[in-house]
Amino acid sequence: MERRFSSVCLLCSYSQGQVVSALTQHLSPCCSLCPAGRMGIELYLDLLSPPCRSVYIFAKKNNIPFTFKQMEVLKGQQHSVGFGKVNILRKVPALKDGGFTLAESPAILAYLSQKYKTPDHWYPLDMKKRARVDEYLSWQHSAIRPSVLKIFWLKVVFPLYMDQTAPEEKLQEALEDLAIPLKQLEEKFLQDKPFLVGNMISLADLVAVTELMQLIAIGYNIFEDMPKLVEWRNRVEKAVGKELFQEAHKVILNFQDLNSMLIEPQLKEQMKPRLLKMVA
Amino acid sequence: MGLELYLDLLSQPCRAVYIFAKKNNIPFEFKHVELFKDSILGRKMPGGNNPGHSHEGQHYREEFGKVNILKKVPALKDGVFTLAESTAILLYLSRKYNTPDHWYPSDTQKRARVDEYLSWHHTNIRGKAGKTLWIKVLIPLFTGQTLPPEKLQEVMDELAISLKQFEEKFLQDKPFIVGSEISLADLMAIVELMQPIGVGCDIFEDRPKLSEWRNQVEEAVGKELFQEAHELILNIKELGNIQIDPQLKEHLAPLLRKMMK
Repeated sequence: MERRFSSVCLLCSYSQGQVVSALTQHLSPCCSLCPAGRMGIELYLDLLSPPCRSVYIFAKKNNIPFTFKQMEVLKGQQHSVGFGKVNILRKVPALKDGGFTLAESPAILAYLSQKYKTPDHWYPLDMKKRARVDEYLSWQHSAIRPSVLKIFWLKVVFPLYMDQTAPEEKLQEALEDLAIPLKQLEEKFLQDKPFLVGNMISLADLVAVTELMQLIAIGYNIFEDMPKLVEWRNRVEKAVGKELFQEAHKVILNFQDLNSMLIEPQLKEQMKPRLLKMVA
Repeated sequence: MGLELYLDLLSQPCRAVYIFAKKNNIPFEFKHVELFKDSILGRKMPGGNNPGHSHEGQHYREEFGKVNILKKVPALKDGVFTLAESTAILLYLSRKYNTPDHWYPSDTQKRARVDEYLSWHHTNIRGKAGKTLWIKVLIPLFTGQTLPPEKLQEVMDELAISLKQFEEKFLQDKPFIVGSEISLADLMAIVELMQPIGVGCDIFEDRPKLSEWRNQVEEAVGKELFQEAHELILNIKELGNIQIDPQLKEHLAPLLRKMMK
């Protein structure tokens, strides 16, 4: 089965079309005429994914030249042969810098901050401040991310693949699991500071907010009765820049559009066991 | 008042911090925290909740509570600065004490490899390897019930997938994750993988590459230190005859129920 795929290079606006076969070929045409496409880094991103958003925002905010390699995880593009060479773990985000490839958003963010010498506040050199960023980035892996992932899958992905909604109790359960971590976010990490680590935005805020936006965008008022977190979220958006923030979140904010996405039956079958396990 | 490290060597990340600090001759006060709060090895520690030591015990617990509001181990206290999360603690120690470069290389790409592993570790090795201890020892100890063998098999199957990825993506044909020298990545991985060993699940059997790596890591750490750090987990079966505080049992019940699902 073939699909015509085209994209506009974000750097030189050259438009290129390419015929590809879904699931087996390397997708995401690269702009071979653009100098950035030849020399700069490539970021393989699906803005539906929170870690991808944090990488995207960070790169754009810091004017880091990169080629945006569009990935659509819900269509199974991470299983292509080409992407396997970029990241054998078949996850996004992924970075390619010449012969060097890298997975995992905290690693990518730290790499970019080091390579492009981004302003100190993102990942402060001060040992104690840096430790606070590390602490948050480590903690969120098991405290926040799994619940957000589960809720998103149950609410948005499950219906897409299974043609039915997921049981409400499972969603409620997952939301309840988030209650304590959100309290901890407010009381241990944020406290009375404007941002998680101090007076300025850092990687910690970026990762936190892009993650929690996943739920806010699909209609969960997770900051209900938590005005401190609401204010902090607004502050982070402002520090990033409203335009960039909104642009990065466009796909998730328009999640309803996903309902018209055509998913190949083969892929649906592949995903079924995992989805069924989530509601078991 | 110097550096304090709050540790329970039953916990994998605590072992990584302990080994790293000892290996690098970082002076610290070992603050023993017993995750299961009671005299689980028949030793009454100052931090225990027995009435005889109430004043001291309470102070200690309050102190620890202040140190780490997340109430988990490991935790670090450096003057007024407190820190949780083993990754953050290890990185902090490596910077503050200027440890040899190979632990956390200054080279951007090598460093990225360590960061990449430490991030992936959380959701793929951490938790999965540790479940074996819960299923084989702790849940039976706390509930008096043994779990069906399928439960353990499920965990081992999941772990097998992660171990495959570990070998194929992170280790490949290198002696250590980053290359020719041990780093924080290897340390975090090994302490986690020793957990199933302690309960008789030999994950190194039939995995020669992994086994070779394990030996190399042990050698790089130093056999004596490695064995010392793992003494508790390798003798975990001795916990079988200990009485557990009923209050504690009750407190852990919801957590255990979740794990048994």
